[in-house]
Amino acid sequence: MSAVITANGLSKRYKSSLALDKVSFQIAPGRIVGLIGPNGAGKTTALKAILGLTDFTGELNVLGFDPRKQRDRLMGEVCFIADVAVLPRWIRVREAVDFVANVHPRFDRKKCEAFLARTKLTPNQRVRQMSKGMIVQLHLALVMAIDAKLLILDEPTLGLDILYRKQFYQNLLEDYFDENKTIIVTTHQVEEVEHILTDLMFIRDGKIVLDADMDAVGERFIEVMVNADKADAARQLKPLDERQVFGKSIFLFDGANRAVLEQLGETRRPSISDLFVATMKGTYA
Amino acid sequence: MKTFYWLVKREFWEHRGGFFWAPVITGGVFLLLNIMGIIAAEVLGARHGINFGASGGLHSVMTDMDAGDMSKVGFALDLAMYSAMGLLAVVLGFVVFFYCLGALYDDRRDRSILFWKSLPISDTNTVLSKIISATVLAPVIAVIVGIVVGMLQLLILAITLSFHGVNVWQLLLLAHPFRIMFNLIGYIPLYVLWALPSVGWLLLCSAWARNKPFLWAVALPVASGLVISWFGLMGLFNLPATWFWKNVVQRGLFSTFPGTGSLFGTSGQSIAHDVAGNPNMNFMDLSNTYQLLASPNLWIGVVIGGGLLAGAIWFRRWRDDS
Repeated sequence: MSAVITANGLSKRYKSSLALDKVSFQIAPGRIVGLIGPNGAGKTTALKAILGLTDFTGELNVLGFDPRKQRDRLMGEVCFIADVAVLPRWIRVREAVDFVANVHPRFDRKKCEAFLARTKLTPNQRVRQMSKGMIVQLHLALVMAIDAKLLILDEPTLGLDILYRKQFYQNLLEDYFDENKTIIVTTHQVEEVEHILTDLMFIRDGKIVLDADMDAVGERFIEVMVNADKADAARQLKPLDERQVFGKSIFLFDGANRAVLEQLGETRRPSISDLFVATMKGTYA
Repeated sequence: MKTFYWLVKREFWEHRGGFFWAPVITGGVFLLLNIMGIIAAEVLGARHGINFGASGGLHSVMTDMDAGDMSKVGFALDLAMYSAMGLLAVVLGFVVFFYCLGALYDDRRDRSILFWKSLPISDTNTVLSKIISATVLAPVIAVIVGIVVGMLQLLILAITLSFHGVNVWQLLLLAHPFRIMFNLIGYIPLYVLWALPSVGWLLLCSAWARNKPFLWAVALPVASGLVISWFGLMGLFNLPATWFWKNVVQRGLFSTFPGTGSLFGTSGQSIAHDVAGNPNMNFMDLSNTYQLLASPNLWIGVVIGGGLLAGAIWFRRWRDDS
């Protein structure tokens, strides 16, 4: 199948800084892509470009549309949840459902009502009376009832407690995601999405510094726990990162020979957050 | 079409207070004040022993009136009905003014624009739905409320007089409630055209300003007016300051107030003539108000309003600050 998103030489300049610097990537259907980067790296700008919310230079094709020229048609196929609480505060649950049901051709009202029935939300409740978690529940119920090809989540669980956060991703996986859908998610809570991602993209200073699927990440990056006596040998192999735990050194290697590393100590797959920290070293320095 | 209907409905949901409750409450207060006035008059009249009803005095006055006097009673009754609408028109002017200032700004401020923009709705339709809400939906509701309040007002007057032995129906026949309804409803299309430059300017500021759209919308024209007047004061450049204040500042900001076109614009003198001579409300007839269509002022405003609205749509599409 053809790619859901194809970006070629995507650039976006704000007054003083370059938010995106000739970025190129492809995203295939049926993937869950984590777009991860430090604050101000260009994540949100990239998502805005995909959604046609901002102007940019370069080529971008989303589901066959140019987001700059065909934004309203594109939004028939794309759903978007920005960091919490972008639902208008005056709207009632009933009004939100009515409105989306009547302007969105792919909205399934029954589905939405079924999702809402699992929450404590009542039809006459206004968004301003809800907690952050409840607002996200409402937004998610609206979005999951839309049969869209691409779902974009920008820090969707920011400021939610752990119960809501777990439930959010669980709902997405169990009731929404399938091989015809694609999800792009940006978040700082990497540990939470780690197990649902199929692809990983690291972005830093407007550039993609890592773009790989999770299997490839597991092949390429290896963490080794080395006793002090072998630490120097490990350093010779040019690790990405080194840290100390309980008198042992943990080294992170990119593309090193697995057999060699196994002789140094116990190897394992690094967590995404460790990988992230190692890759982004010196960002704020 | 269906999407557009729901967009306008959405505006009504959000602005139910301004569009519906403001005219209803104003009308209610207007009626209440009238009733209080009538009661006060009755009480004072009774206390001072002035009782014109029971003695048949007023009744005989009625029967003695000639056609000219009758038309004066009709004028008074029509005026009573129009006066309710007049008050509502002022309220409507304020509601539309502030609605337009917030329409494309409030959702950028609270970031709910990200939700609206995540739906398959074009920015052109969004802005159009706000124009229609301001120039059609709000006036239609105000006129309906105005007609109901006006009718109630007539009824209250008629009932009061009937306690004094005056025939209610005879009295009501002197008024022209249906003509008034027709005039008020028929005035709405004219209002749409006349209000367009103000609506355009306010929506443009609303779509463009990063903050404080009210300040920008008012300060820009007023400041330019002041600069022009200042130069005029010093006798420099000989700029037409009065013209600027009247045709740019006033026209651009206050055309959302109904009646600023046909009442204070072209036919001001004929109104004075109408009221001073044989009193009648004929200047409110559509044959009079629609003479505004012949004024270039109206059409220049429509063209400029269209341009400003195109600008508002452009900013709605590309303004990127959420």
